[in-house]
Amino acid sequence: MERKNLFFKEHFFRGLITVCGGFVIVLTLAIGAFLLYKGLGTFTTYGHNPLEFFFSSEWDPVDGIEGGGKVGAAIYIFGSISTCALALLIAAPFSFGAAIFMTEIAPKLGTKILQPVVELFVGIPSVVYGWVGMTVLVPAIRDLFDLKHGYSVLAAGIVLAVMIFPTITTVAADALRSVPKDYRKAAYGLGATRWQVTYQVVLPAAKSGILTGIVLGLARAFGEALAVAMVIGKTRAFPTSILSPTTNLTAAIASDMGGAMEGGEYNMALWTMALLLFLISLGFIFLIHCISARSERELSGKENEKRKATK
Amino acid sequence: MDITKRAKLMDKFMTGVFYVVAGFFLLLLVAFAGYVIGKGFKGFTPSLLSFSEEGIGNQLFNTLYLVVLALLISVPLGIAAGIYMAEYAKPGRFTKFLRICIETLSSLPSIVVGLFGYLVFIVLVGARWNLMSGALAVSILNLPLIATTTEDALRSLPKGYKQGSFGLGATHWETISKVMIPACLPRIVTGIILAAGRVFGEAAALLYTAGMSTDINWSRVWKLNSPVSPLNPFRPGETLSLHIWASRTEALAPNAEQIANFSAAVLLILVFSFSIGARILSRRIDKKMTGSK
Repeated sequence: MERKNLFFKEHFFRGLITVCGGFVIVLTLAIGAFLLYKGLGTFTTYGHNPLEFFFSSEWDPVDGIEGGGKVGAAIYIFGSISTCALALLIAAPFSFGAAIFMTEIAPKLGTKILQPVVELFVGIPSVVYGWVGMTVLVPAIRDLFDLKHGYSVLAAGIVLAVMIFPTITTVAADALRSVPKDYRKAAYGLGATRWQVTYQVVLPAAKSGILTGIVLGLARAFGEALAVAMVIGKTRAFPTSILSPTTNLTAAIASDMGGAMEGGEYNMALWTMALLLFLISLGFIFLIHCISARSERELSGKENEKRKATK
Repeated sequence: MDITKRAKLMDKFMTGVFYVVAGFFLLLLVAFAGYVIGKGFKGFTPSLLSFSEEGIGNQLFNTLYLVVLALLISVPLGIAAGIYMAEYAKPGRFTKFLRICIETLSSLPSIVVGLFGYLVFIVLVGARWNLMSGALAVSILNLPLIATTTEDALRSLPKGYKQGSFGLGATHWETISKVMIPACLPRIVTGIILAAGRVFGEAAALLYTAGMSTDINWSRVWKLNSPVSPLNPFRPGETLSLHIWASRTEALAPNAEQIANFSAAVLLILVFSFSIGARILSRRIDKKMTGSK
C-alpha cells in the first residue's frame, strides 16, 4: 500500500509539474493569438491597408464599429524609433565606459561599488523616472533652450537613456569579463598599453556580448510606456527637431485605450500598435539569437582552424 | 613624438576618461536617489500617510496586497515550470519551444501584458477593474523570472544531492521535493524577492487591469464580499506607481504634487530595500555554499 501510494504520488506530481510547464506555452500562445486576432482586425474587419498603418500620418480612427476613419500610425512609429535611437546614442557610450571601467580599469572599485549601484538602478520603477523627468528635466529643458514647454524628444531620450543604461552596462560588463585572461596577457606581453589592450583586443573579443546588451537595452526602451508618455508631450506631429514634442506607440496605448469603445475601429487600431510592439520584441529576441549563433560559429570556426594547423 | 610615447599618453588619457565617466554616473545615480527621497520627505506631515485622499495609506496597502496576490499566483506556477525544465523536460522540440516561450514572456513590454490582461480578465469576464486581474497580469511578467531562477538554482546543485537521494531509494519526486528544493530554497527566495520588487514599480500592466481608483472602507475589513472592503481582491485598487502616473494630470487633492513626490520616495525605498535584501541574502548563501568567510 505504502509503495503503491509512493508511485501514485510520483506520477501525480510529475503530471502536475508537466501541466505547469505546458501552461507557460499555452499562456504565451494565448497572448500571441489574442494580439494577432485583435491587432489584425484593423486590416480584416475595417479593411485598412497595412501600408496605410505604417506609412500614413493621418490618424483619425472612428471610435465605433462603423469604421471608415484613418489609421496612419507613422507618427507614432517614428516617435518610438526616434526616441529609442536618441536614448541609445546617449546611453551606449556611457554604458561602455562604465563597463570598461568596471572590468578593465578598476575591477575592485567596480565590483564593490559601481556594479551594485548600477544593479540597484535596474529595479527603479519607470514611473519614478517619468515623474522626475516631468518635474525636473522638462522644466530644465524649457529654461535652457527657451521653449514654450520642455516636453520633447530630447526629454524622452534622456529619460529612456537613464533607464536602459544599467541594462546595457551589466550585460556589456559580463561580456567583457568573460573574455579569457590569456587574450589580455598575450597583448600585454607584446608591449601594448592598457588602452590598446582594451580597444584592440578585449572589445572586439566581447563584441557579440556587447551587441546583445544594446539589443536588450533597445527592447526595454521600445516597450517602455509611462515614463515616456509623461515627458514626450503627446503631440501628434512629426518632430521637427529633438526639441519638439511628439508622441509614440506606447504613450498612445497607455492614454487612449481606456476611452476607446471595445471592438471599435479606434480600439482595434490601438491593438494593432500593441501587436507591432509584440512583433518588435519578438524581433529583438530573434536578433539576440542570431548574434549568439554567429559568435558561436566564429568561435568553433577558429577551433577548427586551430585543429587543422596542429595537424 | 614616437609611437610608444603617444600610446602611453593615449592610455593615460583614456584611463582618465573612464574615471570621469564612472564617477559621473555614480554621482548621477546617487544624486537621483537622494533627490527623489529628499524631495519626498521634505515637508513631511503625518497626514501624508493617512488613509484618505490626502495620504497614500490606501495606495500603499493596495501595493502590498497586490504583491502578495501576484506572488501567490506566480510563485507556485513559476517554481513548477522551473522544476519541469530542470528535471523532467527531455531535450527535444517541446522543451526548445518552452524555452522560446519563456524568453518571449520575459521580454514582453508590460503595456502589452496590461492590454492582454484588460481583454481577458476584464472585458471577457465582464468585470470592472479589480486588484485580482492586476495581480494576474503582473504574474505573467513575474512567471518567467521565477521559472528561470528556479531552473538555474536546481541545475547548479552538485550532482551528489540527487545521486545520494536516489541511492537511498527515493523516487524522483521525493528527491525533488525533499532534497533538491530545500537545498536551493535560498536561491529561489532571492529570485522571488527580486520579482516582488518588480511588482512594486509596475504600472503599465496595471493601468487597465487594477484600475486607477480606490475606495476603501476600513470598517469593513472582514466583509470580503463588500466592494469597499480592503481585503476584497475584486475591487479596484490603485497602487503607488499608478498614483504617481495619475497625479501628473488629475489632481484630486490640493497637495497632489507633494503626494506624488512622497509616493515616489516611498516606492524607491521599497524597491531599494527589496533588492538590497535579495543581494545580502544571495551573498550569505554564496558564503555558506563555498564555505569561505
